[in-house]
Amino acid sequence: MDILAYSAVELSAAIKQGTVTAVEAMAAVLSRIDERERDINAYVTMDREQALKAAAAVQEKIEKGELNGVLAGVPVAVKDNLCTEGMRTTCSSKILENFVPTFSAEAVVNLEKAGAVVIGKTNMDEFAMGSTTETSAYGVTRNPWNTDHVPGGSSGGSAAAVAAGECYFALGSDTGGSIRQPASFCGVVGLKPTYGTVSRYGLVAYGSSLDQIGPLTKNVADCAAVLEVIASHDVKDATSINRKEENKDTDFTAALVDDVKGMKIGIPRDYFGEGLDGEVKDAVLAAAKQLAAKGAVVEEFDLSLVAYAIPAYYTIAAAEASSNLERFDGIKYGYRAASFEGLHDMYKKTRSEGFGAEVKRRIMLGSFVLSSGYYDAYYLKALKVKAMIKNAFDDAFAKYDLILGPVAPTTAPKQGESLSDPLKMYLGDIYTISVNLAGLPAISLPCGKDSKGLPIGLQLIADSFQEKKLIQAAYTYEKQ
Amino acid sequence: MANVITDETIEYVGILAKLALSEEEKEQAKADMGRMLDYIDKLAELDTTGIEPMSHVLPVQNVFREDVVTNGDESEKTLKNAPGEKDNMFMVPKTFE
Repeated sequence: MDILAYSAVELSAAIKQGTVTAVEAMAAVLSRIDERERDINAYVTMDREQALKAAAAVQEKIEKGELNGVLAGVPVAVKDNLCTEGMRTTCSSKILENFVPTFSAEAVVNLEKAGAVVIGKTNMDEFAMGSTTETSAYGVTRNPWNTDHVPGGSSGGSAAAVAAGECYFALGSDTGGSIRQPASFCGVVGLKPTYGTVSRYGLVAYGSSLDQIGPLTKNVADCAAVLEVIASHDVKDATSINRKEENKDTDFTAALVDDVKGMKIGIPRDYFGEGLDGEVKDAVLAAAKQLAAKGAVVEEFDLSLVAYAIPAYYTIAAAEASSNLERFDGIKYGYRAASFEGLHDMYKKTRSEGFGAEVKRRIMLGSFVLSSGYYDAYYLKALKVKAMIKNAFDDAFAKYDLILGPVAPTTAPKQGESLSDPLKMYLGDIYTISVNLAGLPAISLPCGKDSKGLPIGLQLIADSFQEKKLIQAAYTYEKQ
Repeated sequence: MANVITDETIEYVGILAKLALSEEEKEQAKADMGRMLDYIDKLAELDTTGIEPMSHVLPVQNVFREDVVTNGDESEKTLKNAPGEKDNMFMVPKTFE
């Protein structure tokens, strides 16, 4: 069997059986990268030698019986906003072009403890602000299904790397859909966990109250396995939740059960209105029918407030971004302007030269909505609307186990079509962002292709801590 | 209702955001921000009387720990990332005469 055809879990099993080694798997990935990377550009930074060395060290531990987890020996790609000790972490921004972290993100540490081997860092929209991976300072990433199209974003490099076989699985981060939407556009599985499930320690913050790290994988079984490894309580992240202690089980692989009998699934009518592409709509509703045929109870309902999620989200995310990105000042790390007159001029020139247009746009909007005189009208108002949106979801989950809908209104747009009109690009996030506002878990999985051959994504949303329901339904659908 | 962003506002936002914008960037920023605010004004349609602003979705409390250092001295590694360094300290432009 072609080594690259294995899923992550299959690969690890094969390594344990001795039919393939971790080094062979890494070598296969690296040669695939050599073949495809010129077209795809999924990676910002790689260290081949180090990757092969790390794979050899893991292989030795597997042979000694010191490592026996389900991801032992599996090559992984890491989004470039997750710190990796000793490996450059840029957030796809010029301002961090030379930043080498002194520590690794907790999610990366958890993966390495389980024996996964980091290949390199994947491309993204600068500071995760964008939906196309076109705002990167290191060139665009292209969709492996059709390189004229975007891979989605902001975790576009991670999604493209999984789809192109340039890794076995990847980590991404999701602030408003940044795992689910690129997963949908690239035909892979992506999951955004309940807020607080995966430690954000070492994740370069964008919108801290919305950011969550999650897996991008070839299938649902890999997704459950990766989530099980990266979910952990971490005192270094004050918003991290101790799910084990609170009896909120994290044995996600136990939910890989082919059965949705009696599961109640709600389809929000407000997700199927104007703006939704006909082919996407048909594919998503066909998936709902298949789950119904498997015994799920599927019905339509009104979620309400859907149109208010985007303005609330962009207010809150921009406000948090303007605060979080104050740390990039040319003092402690990263880029510093070459010439300046005094401290304040240095700050301003460093930031103006180091940040790209979309990042500046959001920092300015965020500074404005937080400024005195506008704080109540914009920022506080958005936080109140967030509470209303959370309530609407609470009402829905009083009736349903899951909510089913599209991930994005269309399949992947062509390169260059989105950035000319930022507001239009923001509207593409309509089905994903309310999940972040409400802190909920949601999964994106492939549910067919459109007439252009581009993948379509199905989104399932669950109540807080109900990832296992997502995984069970997604697994059942995938088994069709 | 269309939001018109004045030159004064964009100057002020530039100071808050610590960004120096070219004339061209300023004009673009005025247009972009006006459009975004027009869109955000949609929130005003909702009656939020009596609703508590929600900053965190889950009922978590502040997390405290003992004020004890648990990581080692990483000053050397940390300073390697600094744009300017001298005598184990960050080098910054003169802040006063």
